[in-house]
Order: sequence, then structure tokens, then C-alpha cells
Amino acid sequence: MLLSIRSLSKAFPGTKALDAVDFDLEAGEVHALLGENGAGKSTLIKCLTGAYRRDAGEIWLDGAQISPESTSQAQDLGIGTVYQEVNLLPNLTVAQNLTFGREPRRFGMIDGRAQTRMAEEMLRGYGLEIDVSRDLGFYSVAVQQVVAIARAVALSGKVLILDEPTASLDAAEVRMLFDVVRGLRDKGLGIVFVSHFLDQVFEICDRLTVLRNGRKITTERVAELNRLQLIEHMLGRELEDVTEHGAAKGSGDDQAQSRAEILHFEKIGRPGLVEPFDLSVREGEVIGLAGLLGSGRTESAELLFGVRSPATGSARDAEGAVAHGTPREAIRSGFGFAPEDRKTDGIIADLSVRENIILALQARRGWTRPIPRAEQNRLAQKYIDRLDIRTSDAEKAIGDLSGGNQQKVVLARWLAMNPRFLILDEPTRGIDVGAHAEILRLIRELTEAGMSVLVISSEFDELVAASDRIIVLRDRRHVRELTGSEVAADEIVRAIAGRPAEPATTMEATR
Amino acid sequence: MSQIVDETADRPAGEQARASWRFLKGHLREYGILFALIAIMAFFQVATGGILLKPVNLTNLVLQNSYIVIMAVGMLLVIVAGHIDLSVGSVLGFIGALAAVMIVNWDVPYPVAAVVCLAAGAVIGMAQGFWIAYFRIPSFIVTLAGMLVFKGLTLWLLAGQSVGPFPPQFQLISSGFLPDLFAMEGFNLMSFLIGLAVAVGLTLLALRNRAAQAKTGAPEEPFAFFAAKTAIVFIGITWMSWLMADFRGLPNVFIVMALLIAIYSFVTSRTTTGRRIYAIGGNEKAAMLSGINAKRLTFLTFANMGMLAALAGLVFAARLNTATPKAGATFELDVIAAVFIGGASMAGGVGTVVGAVIGAFIMGVMNNGMSILGIGIDYQQVIKGLVLLAAVIFDVMNKKKG
Repeated sequence: MLLSIRSLSKAFPGTKALDAVDFDLEAGEVHALLGENGAGKSTLIKCLTGAYRRDAGEIWLDGAQISPESTSQAQDLGIGTVYQEVNLLPNLTVAQNLTFGREPRRFGMIDGRAQTRMAEEMLRGYGLEIDVSRDLGFYSVAVQQVVAIARAVALSGKVLILDEPTASLDAAEVRMLFDVVRGLRDKGLGIVFVSHFLDQVFEICDRLTVLRNGRKITTERVAELNRLQLIEHMLGRELEDVTEHGAAKGSGDDQAQSRAEILHFEKIGRPGLVEPFDLSVREGEVIGLAGLLGSGRTESAELLFGVRSPATGSARDAEGAVAHGTPREAIRSGFGFAPEDRKTDGIIADLSVRENIILALQARRGWTRPIPRAEQNRLAQKYIDRLDIRTSDAEKAIGDLSGGNQQKVVLARWLAMNPRFLILDEPTRGIDVGAHAEILRLIRELTEAGMSVLVISSEFDELVAASDRIIVLRDRRHVRELTGSEVAADEIVRAIAGRPAEPATTMEATR
Repeated sequence: MSQIVDETADRPAGEQARASWRFLKGHLREYGILFALIAIMAFFQVATGGILLKPVNLTNLVLQNSYIVIMAVGMLLVIVAGHIDLSVGSVLGFIGALAAVMIVNWDVPYPVAAVVCLAAGAVIGMAQGFWIAYFRIPSFIVTLAGMLVFKGLTLWLLAGQSVGPFPPQFQLISSGFLPDLFAMEGFNLMSFLIGLAVAVGLTLLALRNRAAQAKTGAPEEPFAFFAAKTAIVFIGITWMSWLMADFRGLPNVFIVMALLIAIYSFVTSRTTTGRRIYAIGGNEKAAMLSGINAKRLTFLTFANMGMLAALAGLVFAARLNTATPKAGATFELDVIAAVFIGGASMAGGVGTVVGAVIGAFIMGVMNNGMSILGIGIDYQQVIKGLVLLAAVIFDVMNKKKG
């Protein structure tokens, strides 16, 4: 055994990120580390690379117990890491990057020629024909990725951790990267591979370990596992468990079909983001958007709201074309969007709760028609009461509130607009269970009042409970729409697991 | 004042003291800057043997700093929006030159020239804001370019010479005083009454706000603090206007300045446009997702800065009674320093107009006081630099603790 981790634990205030996790890595294997957001993958990696100190547990490398205290120490021990965002310096040459920190010297000065030789030596065997004296930033991300791997291997040489290395690569580049990875595996390196792309896991990995909520769920040989089982492990459900929703939904089906269509999106898409999709929105319905992380859920929402402008497609309603190329246009067309990452995209931390609530409403009214202060106070108080926002008063800076309450304020901002089409990206993330149910109930109330809501969530049970129909995404494509009795968690899982190789038959096969 | 129902006043003394301490710790920044100004003034008042607050010197202090204060108001908006403007000193010089050439060389009536100059300032601001807002060119670069360009244009416009003097009416912008309707000997009663009226008005406004707060919930600010702050402001304004009335009354520039401070305070704290500037400075992405036209607002912020720089240019030219190619050099640094001393954040989204103005006066009082004490310009620069550094360090530490 090259690397073995025994009952590793790590806690952060309020959460147990890792709970007695075991993990084994053999020399000459590619081992996938899988799990949804918050499963503990990155915490595990950070404990391995010395970015975090573990609370408990043991790490054995080559039969000796280690406890790296910094990334450079981990590197010296033999553990190298390559991240999704290449963490080299694009403004230096490839050679300088490769030899950084251990430049060959002559008379106290860097020996340029020796440096070039050394870099070329390091890159040998990677099948990379590049000029090492050019700036790293000149080359594609894939090449940079390989350079980063070459550096990590040369510095460490025992364990290589690849943290989502393929997230921004195209198919040909992935193939090139995988050739490199296979070459390293055959040389006897132990490789930890973190990815959200299950196809790639099945293609390149020998074994996989699934984490969920900080616990190790299972370690299996990839060859002995099918896609459906894997997704079940990741999402933590047995298919038999989830049947009751489907029956309950059946009755509402006819009603859903008879509702008037208020918006129709056609062929909305953008290369590299999401493949073109159609979406029809009916009055007062909840549409769920399901998929694994990185499947294009958030990107779909961003295209609909104009956060990123669609390259193709159009939208229309009963009166004609609907503009949604920018957030301002989308808002004027009656859309609303509560983004997934409230910290970076949602709240304005220094402004008060009241100001955060009225922000969008005031923006739509224009500066010539300010909302009177009394009305602002009334609105703020109304939503503080209605959503049970815990704050001492409406004038408190929103940055001082807890995450769940911040999320409610962002929600209030859009409710105050009374949009006809509201997009909620992970509306319940980071919210306690009580607030969870409240938000779901609120969504129901809104749709009863005629609003149409698009909900994105990683919690399939929550989606099933809330949605009239569910659109399933896989690998940046809208692959299936579940309606009526199909609205059930096991159907979602099956749709996600469907083999991408035969997309035409997927629909039939899983029915 | 006693009829104001105030819960915090009824608490036992010990608890009140503790609440006050907690409050002070939480709001050190807001009061710190005001206390710092008072402390610095008190220090120089003693050190200079009472010269600092002599009526003539106080008036001089206001005149000396008026153009910095005027530009600091505009700069605050720019910095809150998350940008910076390095060109204001050069624009000030350029507009002064433009005014001189128009009025002195071309005999343009001075009111027309003044309006043209303000418009020119706004256009300059727009020209820079256009690149910053719509093409996302970093404001540091754009305004650095502007600084060089307008320095050069000033030289060209004046052909390297000083141009002046201005007609007496134009000089009145800077050297004029409010006329006294009561015509008292040696004391400008009118000015004092205006000062008193402002002091009373501010106090009434503070009381009304406090009462409104008390209606919706217990005010956070302990009563003792509220009373002390209101009293300091009231006494301060009354006393200052008494001192100035004792010399020649309120300078015209002072009136202009006070109006600007009042208007921009109101704009930044109460109007939608003002609050949106804080929103785009605090989190531009969130603001844009909420449908705020961040680009146009950034553009307008720079247009406004250009106009205020032009106003400062007129004031400065009128004060010197001549336009020189050197006018305005390094003023941008004083202005930016004032805004940061006043508590604005480099990252944007934080800062107040009043803070920036107090920051400008802290710099002004130190300049003035150290000059009276005969401290050399060398040490003055060092001390001012250290004060700026200390203010920002204090700010950052304070934020971390909170």
C-alpha cells in the first residue's frame, strides 16, 4: 500500500467535514474520489497536502506515518497536487515554471541554458512538443495542466492528486491528459482523481471511493460497479425508498398540462456552457432542474436570466418576443433570479437588510421614482415577518446576518418584485431544516398566486416535493423531462445515469 | 428636549455605562474620526498659543481647504463606487486656466465663463468615465493618463505663463464674505445667525430622527452618546460661526461648501442614486443581477467628479487671482488622502461624505497648525504621511476585530 489513511477526522465550527474516513491508494492505480458538494473531498485533499491540520487519524505513506504541515512539506514527502485552476505563473516561461525554486545556478546566477535543458528533461515522456522558453500563458489550459503535472511529479514523485483537472478542457484535450495520466500510472505513481464527470471516472480509474457528508460510503473496483449504483452511493439513496412521490403527483398531471403557457424559450444555448435547449413555462408551475454538479444547471439559469448572454435561441410570450439578453432586460421582462452563491452574487454586505430587499424593485422603478421611506420600511418589515428573517431590525447590515437569513433577504428582494418567472438556484443551501420547509411552502404559495418558478437543487427529494415537472441535465445537456408520475427521485437518478453514448435510446430504455 | 421618550435614558447607571462602552467599541470608527479632528484642533490650539482658532486664522483655514473639500466630496463617490480619480488636480489646474483665458484674454463675462467651465469639467469627467465604465479600463490608468493630458493642456492653454488678474466680481467667489444686513460694527450678525440657525436645525433633525427610531424600536445609540454628539455639533457650529462672524463673517466659499456637503450627504444616504453607488461598490455583480445599470452609474460618478473638480478650479483660480501652469499639482493626493482618512474603503462600498470632509479638515488643520508652529515642509510631509497610514491601519484593525 502506497498511501493509507486511517479514520481521519476534521471538524470546522458547526460542521464535521470529515468523520473517521479511511482511504487507500496503491502504487500504479488511478483512484477516483467522488462526492457531491460538501461531501468532504476537498477537505480530505487539503489534509493530505498539509493545507489543513487533521483533528484525528493517521496518514501512512510508504509504511511511515506522516503529518504534513504545509504544501511544500507534503511535496517533499512525495505528495504533489494539480488543481483545476492551474496554480503556476502564466507570466513566466515554461522552463522558469518547471524549475521554479530550484533553478540551476552558475556563479550565483541562474543558468538559462541549464534551466532549459532541465525543463526539457522534465517534460520528456509527456508527449508534449512545446518551446519551454515561451511564456506558460501562451499555451492552452491543457498544456499548462500537463506542465503542472510534470512539475508536481518531478517534485514529489509518489502520489499525484488531480483536483478536477478536466473541468475546463475539451474532449481532445481530455484524451491527451488521460494519456499522460496512464503513462504515470504505468510508471508506478499513485494517482487520486477528483472529478464530477462520471464518464471520465469510468474511463480512466481503477477504483473509486465515494464520500458523503464527511463519511466514507464505499470503495469499489470501477469494473465491478455500474453507473446507477455509483449515483446511488453518491446521492445516498436506495431506489426502493423513493416511490411514494410518484403516485401523489399523478393526479396533478392533467391540471399541469392544461395551464396556459406564459413563456417559451427556444434553442437557448451557448457553446461550452450548455447545449441549446427548449423550455416552456406554464402559469403557476414549479419546474425543477436536476443534475449532478457541473452538469450545466446553474449555467442554464444564467442563460435564461441573461447573466451570460445566450449565443443562440429566442424567447417569446403571448405578446411576442421577450428580451432577456442582460439581467436588466430579463427583469423588465418580469424575471427574477436568486443566485446560488449569495456571498459573491447576491448580497451587498455593507448595506442594510432594508436596502438589500428594495434593491431590485428600486432598480426597476428607476431613480426618478424613489420608493418612499415609509414604503421601504413597510416592505422590509413585511418580508422580515413573512420569511421570518432573524435580524434585530431592518437597518442592520446584511453581512452581520447568518447565511440562512441572508438567503431569505435575497429571496425577499425578488418576491418584492412580484416577477412572473422566478429562478431559484439552490434556494435551500446552507439553511436549517425548519427554514427549508418554510421555503418550500413559500414556493407553493407563490405558484398558487400565479407565479412560475424554476428551482435548481442538488436535493432530489426536495425537487420532487416541490416540482410539477423536472428537467434532468447531464454533461451540459438537457437530456430528459420528467412529468406526472415520473416526477420521482429514482427517475432522476436513472436519467442522470443514462448512458450518454446512446442518447436516442435513453428515454425509451429507462421508462 | 426632556419630553423625548427614551428608554435608554431610564436604565440604571451601571448598565448604561456598560452599554455605552459596548456601543463605543462597535462604532469607534464613526466617532473616532470626529474625536480625532477635535483632538488635533485642541492640540494645535494649545501648541500655537491660541492662534489656530483666532477668527482670522479660522477663516483662512476654511478658504485654504475649500477646494480640497469640494473635490473630496466628489472623490468619495468615486471611491465608494470602487474606483479612483488621479486626474482631479490637473483638471482643477486646467479649468482655472480655461477660466483665466476666457475671462482675461477673451473678455467673456465671468458668469458665462463659469458655466462653460463647469460644463467643461463635466465633459472631462465623462470622457474618462466612458472608458472606465463601458470598456472596463482600470480607472487608475485612465485617470493617470488624464492627469498627464490635462497637465499638458494647462501648459498649452496658458502658453507657459501666468494669466491674471481676474475681475473683482470673479474674485468674490473666494475672497467675498456674506454681506451683513444688520450692518453692525465689527461683527457680522447675519453670519452668526445663519450659523446658529444651521446648528439649531441640525439639532432638531437629530432629535426627530431619534424620536422616529424610538417609535420603531429601541435606539441602538445610548442616550448619553446621542446627547454628547448632538451637543458637540451644536456648540461647535455655533462657536465657529461666532468666531468667523467676529472677523468678516462667513466666506462665500464656506456657503458653497456647506451646501455641497449637505446636498451630497443627502444624496449618498437618502436617494436611490446615492445608495446604488454603494451597491455597485459593495458588490457589483449582485447589483447588476438586481438590474442596476452599474455602467451608467459609474459614468455619471466620474462626470460628477469632473464637474466638482471644475468648481474647485474656479475657486482656486479666484483665490490666487491668477491661473498658473503649476496650479493643482499633487492636489489629487491630498483629496484621496482626505477620503481614506475619512473612513472610506479602498475596496469600495464604504465611506461617508461627512467623513471625507472631516478627513480633509484633519489634513487642513495639520497643515495650518504645523505652518504656524514653523515646522518645516519636510517634516510636515512626513507627519501627514504617517497620519494617513495610521488612519488606514486603525481602520483595517478595527474591521478585523469586529
